[in-house]
This record gives sequence, structure tokens and C-alpha cells, in this order.
Amino acid sequence: MERSGLITELQSIVGERHVLTADEDLLAYAYDGTWYQSRPLAVVLPETTAQVAAIHRVATRERIALTPRAMGSGLSGGSVPLAGSLVLGIMRMNRILEIDEVNAAAVVQPGVVNADLQRAVEARGLFYPPDPSSLKQSAIGGNVAENAGGARCLKYGVTGDYVAALEVVLPAGEIIRTGGKMVKNVTGYNLRALFTGAEGTLGTITEITLRLLPKPRFLKTASAAFERIEDAAATVVAIGSAGLLPTSIELMDRTTMRCVEELQPAGLPLLSEAMLLFAVDGNHEPSLDGDLAEIERIARAHGATAVQVAANAAESEALWNARRAISPALARQRPHKLGEDISVPRSEIVHMIRAVNEIAERNRLTIPIFGHAGDGNLHPNILCDRANPEEMARVKTAAREIFEAAVALGGTLSGEHGIGLLKKQFMELDVGSDALALMRRIKDAVDPLGIMNPGKIFPEPGGPDAFCL
Amino acid sequence: MSANKPLPRVGSPLSGGVTVAEGLGLPEGAALPAAAGDGDVAGAGAGSPEAKAGIPSATSAANGKSKRLRKGMTNSFWPESMMPTESPHRGFTAPDVPPASVYDQCVRCGLCLPTCPTYLETLVETSSPRGRIALIKAVDEGRLDVASPGFVHQMHECLDCRACEAVCPSGVLYGQLLEPARTQVERVTGVHRSPGERAVRALTLGLLFSNLGTMRAAAALLRFYQRSGLQKFVRGTGLLRLLRLEALEAQAPRMSGRFFVARDQQWRGDARSTKATAFLHAGCVMTVAFAEVNDATVRVLNRSGCDVVAPSGQGCCGAIAIHAGEMEMGRELAKRNIAAFERSGADAYVVNAAGCGSALKEYGVLFAADPQWADRAAAFSERVRDVTEFLDAIGISPELGRLDAVVAYQDPCHLLHAQRIASAPRRLLAQIPGVVLREIEENAICCGSAGIYNVTQPDMSGRLKRRKVEHLLAVSPDIVATANPGCALQVAAGLRDAGRSVEVKHVVELLDDAYAAYRPESRAPSARASSIEG
Repeated sequence: MERSGLITELQSIVGERHVLTADEDLLAYAYDGTWYQSRPLAVVLPETTAQVAAIHRVATRERIALTPRAMGSGLSGGSVPLAGSLVLGIMRMNRILEIDEVNAAAVVQPGVVNADLQRAVEARGLFYPPDPSSLKQSAIGGNVAENAGGARCLKYGVTGDYVAALEVVLPAGEIIRTGGKMVKNVTGYNLRALFTGAEGTLGTITEITLRLLPKPRFLKTASAAFERIEDAAATVVAIGSAGLLPTSIELMDRTTMRCVEELQPAGLPLLSEAMLLFAVDGNHEPSLDGDLAEIERIARAHGATAVQVAANAAESEALWNARRAISPALARQRPHKLGEDISVPRSEIVHMIRAVNEIAERNRLTIPIFGHAGDGNLHPNILCDRANPEEMARVKTAAREIFEAAVALGGTLSGEHGIGLLKKQFMELDVGSDALALMRRIKDAVDPLGIMNPGKIFPEPGGPDAFCL
Repeated sequence: MSANKPLPRVGSPLSGGVTVAEGLGLPEGAALPAAAGDGDVAGAGAGSPEAKAGIPSATSAANGKSKRLRKGMTNSFWPESMMPTESPHRGFTAPDVPPASVYDQCVRCGLCLPTCPTYLETLVETSSPRGRIALIKAVDEGRLDVASPGFVHQMHECLDCRACEAVCPSGVLYGQLLEPARTQVERVTGVHRSPGERAVRALTLGLLFSNLGTMRAAAALLRFYQRSGLQKFVRGTGLLRLLRLEALEAQAPRMSGRFFVARDQQWRGDARSTKATAFLHAGCVMTVAFAEVNDATVRVLNRSGCDVVAPSGQGCCGAIAIHAGEMEMGRELAKRNIAAFERSGADAYVVNAAGCGSALKEYGVLFAADPQWADRAAAFSERVRDVTEFLDAIGISPELGRLDAVVAYQDPCHLLHAQRIASAPRRLLAQIPGVVLREIEENAICCGSAGIYNVTQPDMSGRLKRRKVEHLLAVSPDIVATANPGCALQVAAGLRDAGRSVEVKHVVELLDDAYAAYRPESRAPSARASSIEG
């Protein structure tokens, strides 16, 4: 079928103005939140599950690849289309279909923005915990596809922990529903888990049922500064061992703090090597105060030089503002940054930090470290200038060494961003050849023609040596 | 591409065999495209175990170049920065080129999307700030023609409301990309305008806005037309439809009974508390269609203890011209204002139209590349204050009478986003006894007025107008307060369309009413008598 025939057929499915083929549109759907981009053949914007299924059937018949895309804010290249394929943009499917207070569940279409959902359920006294930093510019469909995390994961887990049911259009166009609003469900294979975090390589998610929690009535914040970053890491471990479960423990190293201070002075402890930011939440205010007192005691016992408990919402907000300023602050330091997303067991945080610092020194690079220290998910950001090939060679080496260090410590390549294009060459290093072969067999079984979001997750030949930045 | 191969630069000659890593998801500008029409590059997955075993696999036949996928599919398409350059793509031409140093700051995080009115209405990436920045970059890099229809459309569909700029974590100054980009579009598309269109443009921009005398003359005609019964007659004849002037005629604001002419008048402030001397920038449309707002501004400044001077020689701020892509015309207008105001010492240059204030505050940027004017323009901009900003800073008199009314404040984009002024007008309104101030949903989303946008983009403008009116009516206001003439007209029209009689007033008009309503015995503790509702 000629291109024009294909376009006409897609138009007949979704309506003429919802198939975009102009140069300008193809440029705008070529990218996501990474620096990868490649131009699709066309962009199709369905509004219903039936339309998605019809698009899948055309793609299957015509052997044309499809890349599902929500808001395009991903950080691993997951929604960058295969050149010449179709972008399946699902943002018109953006309705909250139901907030079920009795069963504490929300049924949503994939284009619902995370922050909008949070606001809607909180208005009913309910709570959707996954809070990726991109919550205002990422949709639930993308969150599920990448199994997004956030700062509250230490206590509440990741997106996948809240996926109760999914409606998925399989590659050839069959529509399946898996799961339901019940809490327990062990019937057969857990297909919800299979499609969550599959990065759109197995099908297009068209409806999501999410579990909700009662909204905690209080949230309190504290910070602690450490002269040695090792002490901060030891504090994280000790808090866990003491039977405390804060909502979040965030870490900023000195380089990160300096960058933030340059952007928006917040009085961060620049003479310290690291700062930890704690949040605790719950319904019983005195017990939260007790938890914070215990956290303060542990931090001081591990060498914290200054511990501050936010007295009110404004002080608390100031601390979280500094945390939120990290990414933009780092972005302004150098023309580019490569944000990594490794995740290690809590006990290994200190070793991981040391390894990153050594890698930075060895490769003559600046690599600020921050992240969700409480759950072991760190974001070393390699600052660089992509116009400098010599520096980029060192960046590549450093990225590879960071992955290798994380895996050697029992950790993994990605805690919450996904593999996409950015980390696929390291898949075998992490999961091993047999597990990778099993993943390939699953992919081949579900998508025998390989039309779903090709080029993601699975490595090109050459392994880490073929890593391209 | 092998790991050790140096990354070719943009525009480097095409080399031979293409591997899959190059076919998909290339880091922008990093690799080579396959030649168009190249056959199926099936060898890419040859090294994988499956390929050796002869098992076809969707995952090993790298990146979709599976034998089961459409042949040649990936080869007809181009990674960014590698578009063929034979086509006559015109990049931007000096002067007023959107600076690469600005668009390169965009890291494509997407945080601007949920703040963009046109993205919220369309849910199409191309109609988002991130999309438009990508297009501007593509034109600058020769991958898209400056006159391509989609580019021209996007540069005009953008409201220039700057909501994206206010939230951008990377600090991309979007307005500094859009305004020159519009100038570029105007430069190449303006020549294709019909003689009629060119005449109208020259007439409105060149005559009306450049010369307040002409504007007043035209306004007087319009006033006669609106008030003599002629309007009723003409509307009845169908002549407007014939001339396709219906929409334009309906949009024309009702002219003031008496025009406000700046001729170095001085108004003495309340002698009990002389605080400052303010030079009033009276505007252009403000002087003929909102003269009463200027009068109110003078009275409120006086009552608040300020001497006010309206320097002669001032004129239109140039915003309309700059937004229409006529940067040079904008600069000419700016020079007049700079010359008119810098003559003597004022504490501040006060302006009551948010759009004008935003333009006046950006004269420094407008002349950054002009050594003769750069310093004067920057010094001028530093003194400019929106009237709400200024009154909030100097403090208003407590002699405010009661106005029992539910007031919804409508944030003008050029106050909220471009000037980052949100709390000053709210604090002022909250001081009026009896005023119940209510916040509306989506207060940061543009009402669709945006200068002449409601004339040039009536469809999108109408959608945003209805969206705004819906949110306003949801709080059942007696009065909508705003701080920009365009917003006031747009919101009033929207309320009329919705069949609702809600007054629309400038913040200073409400302060003026409150001052007028003051009776010494009615003095009430203002802070307690008014309230802010969330």
C-alpha cells in the first residue's frame, strides 16, 4: 500500500485532522525528554480503544511499526519513534472514567496527567502515591509503560504496585483486560506486571485501573547536613534498621547543592559533603514528630552537623523547592547532561557513591549525585557538552563504568526511567544472557511481527561497545 | 556505528553502510542517515544468536529492520539535523534571528506543555512551546523552511502569553524566540500579502498606532459611528457581511466619550502623604477606548499620595507591532517613549495596561544590539512599574469605602507571566472593605485576547474565551477585575455571549470606586472586612 493510501485509511479510523503528516508535526513528534530523536512517517491520534485496535490492525497488515506516546517526557528514549514508523499519540484519551471510593480505585484513560489524577483523588480524601518529578508533564499511560517511580517510593512503592487492572490492545489488535478492582488476584500469570514497564513493546495500554490509598493527613519534613557523604549513607541504612519507614529520604551531594545555590539561593549547607532530606507522613501528628526526633537522633549519632525540622508548611516547601530545583540547576551548568538512574540495595549506597566519585575523577568529569537515597535509586548526572567529541568519549566511558559498578554491587541500570534507547546496550550485563533470551522469547510470542515500539530495551549487536551517545 | 568511530558533525557527507543504531533514535545531530531509497538493510542483526540459528526474531533483527517489517521502511526517513539540504530551505536572516543560545537551553522536559493554552486545547505537541521551539531550531538549522505553512501557522497560533516562560525550569526566554521568529515569518510571507491586506496593515500599524493624533481622529469617527445610530443602521444593511468586516466591527471596543491626551499635565497628590512622582504612560488604545481607566489611575495615584505627570510626546508602546512581527516599527515607537520619559526625574513610569507594561519593561532587550540606545532603553525599562505593582509597593490610603461585591480577579498573562506579578493586584483588591475575592480555576491560562489574536485567530481565541468565562462564572462573581484592556474586552465579550451581566473593571477602577465611596464615618477595619476565598 502506498503511503497516501495508508494515510487515508488511518484518517478513516480517527478522522482526517487526527492524522498528522506535515513536516512540522513530524519534527514535533520526533523526540522525548532525551536528546534522541527520529522522524516518524505519521502521527495518529486516536480517541477510543476501538480506534487504537483498528490502527494496530492496519499496522499489522502493513508491517508498519507503532510507537505509543503520551506526553513525551520520558528520560530513556522510550517514546522516540522508529524512523518512518507511526507514532500512536494517546493524549486525546485523557478522561478519568471513575473514582471508586468504596473500592479505593481509579479507572483512567492513559492520557490523564499524573498531577491531575492526584488532585482529583485527593479531593475525595484518597491518595495516589507514585509521584515522578515529571508528575505535571507525564501521563499515567507513560508512567505505567515505564513503571515510573518518584520520591515517595521508599514507603509506597512504584507505579506498578498500584496497577490493579489494564486494558491493552495487543499488537495484532486484540483487546484484553487483565485484573480488576479486587485487592487479591492470583489467577494465572500476572499479565498486568508483564505490560507494566514493557515500554510499549508488547502492546498499547488503553485503560488503567489504579489502586488508591487513604490520604495521610500530615506530612512533615526535616533535613540533615553531613561533613562526610559516607555518614549520610550510613544514616540512611541506620534509619531503616531502626524500624522507621519515612515517606522519602532524598540525597544531595555537595556539587548538586552548589549548583542549586547558584540557581536559587536556599541556604544549603555548602560546606557539607551531603544533605539528606526526610519526609514522614501519617494520620497521627505526635507519632510523626516522634519519628522525626528519632531520625534526628540517628543522624546526629552518625555525624550530622546540622539537623533542621521544618516548623511549618512554608519551611517544608522551601526545602522541597531546593530538591525540585536540582534538575534545572544542573542543566544550566553545562550545555548538556546525561542523567543516569541506577538503583542499588540500600546497604551499597555508600559504595555506589564512592564508585561514582572515582569514575568522575578518573574520567575528568563533573558528576553531581542526587536521588532517592532511601530506596537506593541514585541519579548521577554527567555534565557535558555534546559538541565536544573528546569529552563525549569520556562521558561514554563513565556511563558504562557507572552501570558496571551498579550491577557489581547487586544493583540495576534503571530504577525508574526505563531502558528505552539509552541503556539497551547494557541489558545483558544486568540481566544475563539467559534472562535476556527469555525476554526476547516473550517479545516474539506477544509481538511476532515486531511492530510494537521496535528498537527499545533489546540491545543491538555489539553490547556495551556499541553504546552510542 | 561502532563505539570508536568519531561522531560525524551535522552536515557531514553521507557515508556508506548504515547500521541500525543509525536508523533509529539517534542522538540528535550525532549520526548519518541512510540514503533515501536504500534497500532493506537486513544485515544489522546478523551477528545475533538468533540470526545465526536462522530464527527470525523481532528483537534481534535490530530496530525493526526485521524481515517481517515493511521493507525499506526505515530508510526513507531522516534523523534530525540530517535532512537533505537540496530543498531550498531558507533559514533565518539577520537581523532579529531567534538566538540559538536561547533555544539550546531547552532540555525538552515538557513542563511547559500543561501551561500552554494552545496545547491544552489541541493536545498536539506541535502546538506546544516545546514543539514550537523545536520548529524554530529546525528552521535555524536549515531543516524546515521559514515560510512552510505549518511553521507560519504555529508562530501565529502561539498567543505569546509567556505562561511557558514562567514555569520553565531551564529558564528558556521563550518570548525572545517567538517575537523574532514572527518577524522572520513576516519578512518572507509579508511580500505575499494581497495589496488590500498590506494596505490594512500599513494603515493600522503604520498610521493608527504610530500617531496618536490619527488614532484619536479615527476613534472619533468610530465614536460617532457607534453613538449616532449609524452603527445600528449599518449592521442592519448587511454591508459588514459584504465587506467581511463583521467580526472586526463587533470586536471594536466602544470609544470613550472623552479622550485622554498626554500633554504634560500634572496632578497633585494628596498632600498629607506625598510619596512619589509617577510619570503615567497613558497608552494608545487606553487613551481613546479606556480614557476613564486612565482618569481613575490618576485619581487613585493622587489619593495614594503620588504626584502624576503625563509626559507629552509619548505614544504607543510598540507591543502590537512587535507581536505582529514588525520589530523595527516597534523600535521606532519605543524611541519616542524613551525620549519622552527620560527628560526629567520621575520615581517611576507607571502603566496600567499589562501588555504595554511588559513591552516597556523589555525595551532593554529590544535594543540590546543597538549601542546607541541600549543603555537608555535599559534605564527606561528599569523604571517601569505596573500600576498595581507600584500601588502595592507604596501602599494605598486606608480611606476606602465599602464595595459589597464578589470579585473574581482575572490574571492578564503579560502581568502574571511576563512581569511575574500575581499578588500585588490581589492584595490591593483584598484591602477594599466588602470585597470578597475569589480565585478561579486555570487562572494562569490565557483568555485568548492576546493583542490582536482575537482578530487573527478567531477560532482558538473563541475557545479560550469560553474556557475562561466558564471558570469565571463558576465562582459567581458580581465583578471581574483585571488589569489589561485586551483581557477586559475579551472577558466582557465572553460574558455577553454567555448572556450574563457581570461588570468587568480594571483593578484601579475598583480602587477609585472605593475611594469615592469613602465616608469618614464609614471607616472600617479594612483587612477584617474583606476576605480572600480559595
